[in-house]
Amino acid sequence: MLFTSWDFALFIAVLVPVYYLVPKRLQQPVLLLANVVFYAFAGLFAFVLLFATGLSVYLFAIGIGKTWTTQESVLLEHKGEWDKAKRKTFRESMEKKRRILTAVCLILHFGILAAMKYGSGLIGITNTLFGTGFSGAGLVLTMGASFYTFSAMGYVIDVQRGKYPAEKNPLRVLLYTSFFPILVQGPISRFDRLGETLFKTHSFQWDHLEAGLIRVLWGYAKKLLVADRLLVAVKQLIRYPETYNGAFVLVGMLLYAATLYADFTGGIDITIGIGKMLGITIDENFNRPYFSKNIAEYWRRWHMTLGAWFKEYVYYPVSVSKLLRRLTKAARRFGDGFARRIPVYIATMAVWAVTGMWHGNSWNFLVWGLMNGAILLISEELSPLYKKFHARFPGLSRNWFYRAFTVIRTVLLMSSLRMFDCYATVPETFRSFGSMFTTWNLPLLWRGGIASLGLSAADYAVAGAGIITMFVVSLIQRKGALTPRLLGKKLGIRLLIYGTLLAVILVFGYYGFGFDAGQFIYNRF
Amino acid sequence: METLLDILSELHPDVDFSKEQNLVERGILGSFDIVMLVTRIEEEFDTVIPARLITPDTFRSAEALYSVIQSLEDND
Repeated sequence: MLFTSWDFALFIAVLVPVYYLVPKRLQQPVLLLANVVFYAFAGLFAFVLLFATGLSVYLFAIGIGKTWTTQESVLLEHKGEWDKAKRKTFRESMEKKRRILTAVCLILHFGILAAMKYGSGLIGITNTLFGTGFSGAGLVLTMGASFYTFSAMGYVIDVQRGKYPAEKNPLRVLLYTSFFPILVQGPISRFDRLGETLFKTHSFQWDHLEAGLIRVLWGYAKKLLVADRLLVAVKQLIRYPETYNGAFVLVGMLLYAATLYADFTGGIDITIGIGKMLGITIDENFNRPYFSKNIAEYWRRWHMTLGAWFKEYVYYPVSVSKLLRRLTKAARRFGDGFARRIPVYIATMAVWAVTGMWHGNSWNFLVWGLMNGAILLISEELSPLYKKFHARFPGLSRNWFYRAFTVIRTVLLMSSLRMFDCYATVPETFRSFGSMFTTWNLPLLWRGGIASLGLSAADYAVAGAGIITMFVVSLIQRKGALTPRLLGKKLGIRLLIYGTLLAVILVFGYYGFGFDAGQFIYNRF
Repeated sequence: METLLDILSELHPDVDFSKEQNLVERGILGSFDIVMLVTRIEEEFDTVIPARLITPDTFRSAEALYSVIQSLEDND
């Protein structure tokens, strides 16, 4: 079921009153039923896989959790009887069991995800190399699989680490792994954080409903006024890279930056808004990323839940792994500075390679990930120079023009890297990027070029107004979230704002005959 | 504790680590610093901070980090 469909509007219109009208003990079963209905539209295989994943994760976590309870009870039973060495040996044997169970769970579920993501590509390569005729037609990534698999594996690892006990109620685990708002494009949600409100009962509160509704409306505005409209031009630009080169590439980069922001943050707004309407708090995934002053800051503010997941479950474990510690020790003969950089460099590049692969199964994404990692490492190495520079010019970091320069620089850098997301191959991406510096065709933009991208002047005006509004809202959000301030206004003013936004979406939204409001871009990852 | 403060000062000589209480939240210690720090702690204390303990809470201050190192040493 698409967020941008009338089916979904009807689904929410039925769910919200039912959720608050049923006895509170039935709220969680109602939500679980809603998940079933929502995901039933994704197909039988996807449906079975989602709920089988939930069940499997429940069982693995219970098994892992049992080793913790056994460990505690046995150690308590032999308190004062076993010496330190014996206690340590016992703890290690329990830890080994936990690690084995966790490893089996991770291999199973990431294996299924990898088969869906990369299976058809690998079969294609095998057929080319060995002349075989295998078919990979059935290996298609099911909706939300990346998001719910990552969330679920985070839960299992947390139980293995003893962060919290395994959940005994299977319905709660199923509810968490299949919670419908986060299946479309995340955010990747932690069991303990989402569970704080997901597993509680909720009384109807007008404030929650209103705050959720306005957030949902704002999400639709971004998606239907800006993202889906500009995507038409972006697709045209990347479909014909030989024609649309030079200045058109720069236009494409900037249009895609706006499109992706409006699409992804718009979808997350809808997700968080629906959660809010149900009294459930879903983690934020963005913190005004286009105001970042450097790439490291950008990645702390864009798709925050994915970055946090990779940092906690890949970056740190890899950097303190036995292999890297051995490598670090061995490298000391080349100097301490060199040796200490080894875990940082290898873990960073490993995380970014995996992040690239998470985004897609083409070489483009791998190169995109590695380039992000390389730029982050270069920035880190250059940080002493930056410090010296700012010590030499102490007022610069407070200067408005300098801050604007750093923000624009980051947007351009990230938009350049994102070209790998657009073009079909790595060479084509580099060719298009290079053409910005070799093909001088700026006048073609206003001599019919911009007009040939499938959008009318009115479309550009609506999208432009949408981008300016998003920019202004982001500026206002510097002083904190907008919704609480909005709720503090008088009812008449609020109704005027909501009514205007709804009318603008209905009149200027990019949908209707001949146009199918699209799925979210991040849904394909 | 002195050794730990020396290690921290190597990373950021301009920060008074004996007083700072929100190292991660304030962005003084980033993920690169944390990995460097874990490597240096292993060199100096012969103690490995496991991934499960690499959390903002562990690295929020020199004191918090030192108490984690001590508890790991006690468990060995």
